[in-house]
Amino acid sequence: MREKLLRWESILLLLCILVFVWGSASTPGFAETDNISFLLLDYTEVALLALALLPIILTGEIDLSVASILGFCSALTGVLWDAGMSFETIVPIVLVAGAVLGSLNATLIVKFALPALAVTIGTLGLYRGLAYVVLGDGAVTGFPDVYRPIATDTIPGTFLPYATLVVLVLGVLVAVVVHYTPVGRSLYAIGLGEQTARFSGIRVQRIKFVLYIVSGILCALASLVYTLRYNSARADNANGMELIAVAAVLLGGVSIFGGRGTVVGVASALLLMAGLRNVLFLNDVTNEIQNVINGLLLIVSVLVPVVANLVRRRRTPAAAATPGAPPPQETLPDPVGATAAPHGTPEEDQR
Amino acid sequence: MAAPEHTGVPLLELRDVTKSFQAVRALRGVSIALRAGEVHALAGENGAGKSTVVRIIGGEHQPDSGEVLLDGEPVRFSSPREAQQRGVAVIHQEPIQFPDLSVAENVFMGRQPLRPGRRIDRRAMHRGASEVFEELGVPIDPARQTRGLSIADQQIIEIAKALVADARIIVMDEPTAALSAVEAERLFRVARGLAERGAALLFISHRLDEMYALCDRVTVLRDGSFVVTERMDDIDHDTLVRRMVGRSVEQLFPKRDTEVGDEVLVVDGLTRAGVYRDISFSVRRGEIVGLAGLVGSGRSEVVRAVFGVDDRDSGTVTVNGKPLPKSKPRTAIEQGIALVPEDRREQGLVLELSIERNASLARLKQVSPGGLTRQSRERELARTWGERLSLKFGRLSDPAATLSGGNQQKVVLGKWLATEPSVLIVDEPTRGIDIGAKVEVHALLSDLAAEGMAVLLISSELPEVLGMADRVLVMHEGRITAELSRDEATEESVMYAATGNGSAA
Repeated sequence: MREKLLRWESILLLLCILVFVWGSASTPGFAETDNISFLLLDYTEVALLALALLPIILTGEIDLSVASILGFCSALTGVLWDAGMSFETIVPIVLVAGAVLGSLNATLIVKFALPALAVTIGTLGLYRGLAYVVLGDGAVTGFPDVYRPIATDTIPGTFLPYATLVVLVLGVLVAVVVHYTPVGRSLYAIGLGEQTARFSGIRVQRIKFVLYIVSGILCALASLVYTLRYNSARADNANGMELIAVAAVLLGGVSIFGGRGTVVGVASALLLMAGLRNVLFLNDVTNEIQNVINGLLLIVSVLVPVVANLVRRRRTPAAAATPGAPPPQETLPDPVGATAAPHGTPEEDQR
Repeated sequence: MAAPEHTGVPLLELRDVTKSFQAVRALRGVSIALRAGEVHALAGENGAGKSTVVRIIGGEHQPDSGEVLLDGEPVRFSSPREAQQRGVAVIHQEPIQFPDLSVAENVFMGRQPLRPGRRIDRRAMHRGASEVFEELGVPIDPARQTRGLSIADQQIIEIAKALVADARIIVMDEPTAALSAVEAERLFRVARGLAERGAALLFISHRLDEMYALCDRVTVLRDGSFVVTERMDDIDHDTLVRRMVGRSVEQLFPKRDTEVGDEVLVVDGLTRAGVYRDISFSVRRGEIVGLAGLVGSGRSEVVRAVFGVDDRDSGTVTVNGKPLPKSKPRTAIEQGIALVPEDRREQGLVLELSIERNASLARLKQVSPGGLTRQSRERELARTWGERLSLKFGRLSDPAATLSGGNQQKVVLGKWLATEPSVLIVDEPTRGIDIGAKVEVHALLSDLAAEGMAVLLISSELPEVLGMADRVLVMHEGRITAELSRDEATEESVMYAATGNGSAA
């Protein structure tokens, strides 16, 4: 049980609670319903991008073009709306556009076997550039009042925004796929041993391809929420948001090398970051300082397991040399060994 | 010039050396004496402790107890570098060199002749390299790039390196595993020459005939223990095998006579440019077919293409009468092929995943009724096969990395048997596992064949192929050069075909 309590997810949840308790105690207005709704709404797009990134990072790949896809889709929405197209027609077009951009990533990464990092840094610039080509510097506003509430309002009688509900539903869906389906099992296998996955009949290429397309669609969805929420379609919408999303995923305990991490962890990290951002915002802490804090959190999250590992290895020097022996960490009762749990024992993490 | 001090103090001696890795005792009381002018064979099964001996002599490991004597003086090599400085050279099966540098640069790596101003004297380097190759009687151009040289030539470069470093103790770790007969012959000539100049050689090989051809003395290890040191002339073939294995051949290869049925796997005209061509064979129900050949002859590549993880240029594969599309491992699994791959750690298992997750990896659908994967089903599957294969484990949720090599292999076997295949392809199923597990794997293969499975067995260990197979196919440089019945297959006939002398199948 102790192992479970000390898992990274639990630590994150604890930090969340701390932030929210501290926020309500120290900051007037923090605990008000309106503010909580705003806090949740404010992270909708980041959450959608993080959900897109999570399975990709589990396989050991990356997609840094997510925010640029969002930007392009937002610009496209603006242009089409400007041209007088109905919003009902625009939605499917934008979703398809996201899928197309995602599949371009997939083609380069999967079919041509190029490194995902290089490809998506390239398309990060490319898609953002295309957004400017499509829409230019200006902004398109005046989106229909019928749809805007979906992105701005809460479900009547609750503090829960519609958009957050969408995120929750999608989050549960991703959690089920990742943790309870053959595809999910395959993601972890690919991340930890791609060759073995291939030798086991797992269609590695197909899975990766689909993940990038899904990522594109989720980004397009995020763009619709973003555009409606700010009632503004601009080419520079969500500029730089990919880094916040990647940070949330890694802070959530997902290994950048693939094969480790849970949806619960990522959800906790998102909540933590959203809460922290809101508290700091209400206390008039500037954006720059917030970035510093987010950055530090991220570094700590990747540093902790490494340090824990080092400490563990120093205590049992032979452990690293002979993987044939039983894992020593389970017999280590000390708290240092226990903080090694963050990114944790594999069987815990992959559930 | 024959070494005069044949009977004097050994150049290097291990005395009662013990070495453990955590709970695993790799060596127990091993003694071995390498004398100047002698080629000493180190014999033993996989896992007997040969590589640990090599690593201790080479300074990679330090003994827990016992001593290492150099010229009769106790020494302790704290690093490979120190061992090299004291005159020890280890030549590995697949030498590691700088492919973009010239041959001479590789030979003199770390000890380049210098001109004033610490500049490298290239001319002296090339001259030196030429002289060494001349001494060895092997014509290699010192100026050429190392990339593209055969493994045999690369080994010669390693030997040249050893000579340049004035090595007196030369360890050759399975140098012939990837060599043709001619190349091996040349290596033996060089080795003999080294011994005549007064070096002490330790030679490790899986092939007994090579030991008889080259070596003066043999030390046998079994399960990490010292068994015996004998003069090669005083120990006959059968005795040597018995000493190595520690049990009779019948126990080691519990082959059962089986009813051979219809053809299950038919491979016709399989070709991949530059790797293998025109490979045709079949495996029938209840039959174990051995696929022998040297390392690099294309055996693994063929079965990978049959299974579909690698592409093929042409040719057909049929399972139970149904043609198999190329490059579709999943379809291959569905049609009843299972491949236990060569590299257990990289291809067979996901080491960091739990035992149960590994066990279900090739059969995810089976543990996912209604599309949802149930951990209870996974555990059930792993437990069933764990029991059947008498797997020794802590918990099924432990990572596969925590298991010993033999038990890891059982997980891989279980994972594939869980797919209920009609053809089981096993590529080096007993590499690096202890004798007990080996016997179990052999018994399992026999049982499976007796139950009607078609088994294709790839192995670099000739006794295993000869002991287990009903029929032996031999490959050489990407072609099948012989098909031998159980009666025709002998160590000689297989090696003859494996080195390119066979008649076409």
